[in-house]
Amino acid sequence: MSNSSKGFIETDNTQQPTGSRAPLVLNMHKFGEVTHQVCRIAENRPPMAWYIAFVICLGMMGFLGFCVTYLIFTGVGVWGLNNPVMWAYDITNFVFWVGIGHAGTLISAILFLFRQKWRTGINRFAEAMTIFAVVCAGLFPGIHVGRVWLAYWLFPIPNSMEMWPQFRSPLLWDVFAVSTYFTVSLVFWYVGMIPDLATLRDRAKGRFQQFAYGLASIGWRGSMRHWHRYEVAYLLLAALATPLVLSVHSVVSFDFAVSQVPGWHTTIFPPYFVAGAIFSGFAMVVSLAVPARQLFGLKDLITMRHLDNMNKIILLTGCMVGYAYSMEFFIAWYSGAMYEKFAFVNRAFGQYWWAYWIMVSCNVITPQLFWFKAVRTSIPLMFILSIFVNVGMWFERFVIIVTSLANDFLPSSWDQFVPTWVDIGTMVGAFGLFGTLFLLFCRYLPMIAIAEVKAVMPEANPHAGHAGDDHGIPSGAVPALREPRSSEDSL
Amino acid sequence: MTTFSPQTQASSPSPKSSLLPLYGMMAEFETPAQIMEAAKKVNAAGYRFWDCHVPFPVHGLDKAMGIKRTILPLLVFGAGMTGTIIGFCLQAFANASSFSVWALVWVTGYPFLISGKPLMSVPAWIPIIFELTILLSALSAVGLMFLMNGLPWLSHPLLSNNRFRRATDDRFFIVIESRDPKFLRSKTEAFMKTLGAKHIEVVEDR
Repeated sequence: MSNSSKGFIETDNTQQPTGSRAPLVLNMHKFGEVTHQVCRIAENRPPMAWYIAFVICLGMMGFLGFCVTYLIFTGVGVWGLNNPVMWAYDITNFVFWVGIGHAGTLISAILFLFRQKWRTGINRFAEAMTIFAVVCAGLFPGIHVGRVWLAYWLFPIPNSMEMWPQFRSPLLWDVFAVSTYFTVSLVFWYVGMIPDLATLRDRAKGRFQQFAYGLASIGWRGSMRHWHRYEVAYLLLAALATPLVLSVHSVVSFDFAVSQVPGWHTTIFPPYFVAGAIFSGFAMVVSLAVPARQLFGLKDLITMRHLDNMNKIILLTGCMVGYAYSMEFFIAWYSGAMYEKFAFVNRAFGQYWWAYWIMVSCNVITPQLFWFKAVRTSIPLMFILSIFVNVGMWFERFVIIVTSLANDFLPSSWDQFVPTWVDIGTMVGAFGLFGTLFLLFCRYLPMIAIAEVKAVMPEANPHAGHAGDDHGIPSGAVPALREPRSSEDSL
Repeated sequence: MTTFSPQTQASSPSPKSSLLPLYGMMAEFETPAQIMEAAKKVNAAGYRFWDCHVPFPVHGLDKAMGIKRTILPLLVFGAGMTGTIIGFCLQAFANASSFSVWALVWVTGYPFLISGKPLMSVPAWIPIIFELTILLSALSAVGLMFLMNGLPWLSHPLLSNNRFRRATDDRFFIVIESRDPKFLRSKTEAFMKTLGAKHIEVVEDR
């Protein structure tokens, strides 16, 4: 094991010398070292912090169960909803969690299509984050329908009541978009994990582990004939997930944009929501990666370069979100629609002014600090800023949903939304559900895509042995990383 | 992890392997470059039932082995188009028709008239058509990949071989199966010795 994975010393691999690639895997030159570095997390007892976090998350999840049960038995009146504000925390949380998920798909699919090799260090747990976030997201529309036992009416199930969903409604598009997104993300995650589950199976000592990982890895044996089809299927999945992820948050934004409510009825919503989703998702990846790499000693695999790149994406998407905020204001003025104009002035200076300004400071102002490299490569600062973004993005959805509804057309019907303890308990509990699933994933499954990381190591290049070939890589490109391979086997 | 002693074991098949039927011969390599060279030779020697087992997809190894490009994308395209058609037909039937079809139970379409919009409001159906296209494509891409690879298949002679465990870690294996018409234990073993493997072993069919 290397020195840098212990303690707080960070290796700076953010600089890229001309004509070569900065290393993505630090201090490791053998494939076996990567295997060991990742597998030992699932094979050994986790650190004490894991147990503490798990108990806390489990408690929060239990409270979620209590709140949801109370809601189902009593009715949605236990939430602070009122007549104009019929959507509040429920849909805010739904949009928040769906948005979080988007970064995982962006990393696993879009960066894959763009051949961004640095994705390999973070894609596995970003994908896991996607799935757990969509689980949390799926909960809220499910319970907000009121009569939960009739939620299956959302699906076009052949039934003797001769009753069908209304397919022209964006709410139904949402059902299809989110359930497709969940299914495809789950499949993508699992397919990517099969070779690594096989690695865990082949290393497993206990009978139960051998059986469980053996079952999960479905008999994978690294056959190149299998790999060939696997790679094609993986590429296809990436190509399919890319338009899918863009469509999902567009469809979520249609829930608002297709309606007539001032503040919702804007054409900028689909791209604005997608940018916001990627923004919040990357912030969540940073919030999770920073403690995880510290706790599990993964600093050689999730390097400073990975974090630096993610912070750059946060900066970019943060600017896009800021642009969208200002463009909304411009269009509200330019359109000449008085309700639209009022909705936006009311957002910034009305009864929820504080929510609006939390949103602007966390999403637009503080991420600007990422222009400075010192901030992008500072672990404490990036962690704090990523938490700010998470908070800001939650408030963005709250501002869009609640301020638009609370003060709509007729002043006589205006009201204020005040959350009840059930609202807050469900929101906090969803974080518990997310945390519990994520901690279990860290403990039992390969947290990093072992096979993919090996494939981007310079040692994986089959032409590395003879750089003089005309199809080989230039001799100056990798040797900084490579040392002469000794013939004896150290393992 | 087991410690191997290459000096004594190298290129000598284990002697106590005679009782069980033979699955094939296995050669172990240490680097992607070595297996690439060896795979070219095995392919040139005319073997058909053989394979490389590697911890990660070695770039260009499939070409060196002479693997033809899979037809998977074509099949997935077909599945995707099926999703498109299902999406359209489902919505056209459920929201714009009034005839009955049998789908587990007899069901009847309902011509939904919403704010005077045309019954066949195709633009409003695009999102669901799109999602079903993606869903069927993605599921078929994975399902067909498994099917063509013969997975899930939990029991395999190679998985019973202890040395083979490192195929998912850091070693690269070439396996020539005994069912290959060109397979002859002595000749294949002699051939495999020319490949520059670190170790050669007989794999039993258990």
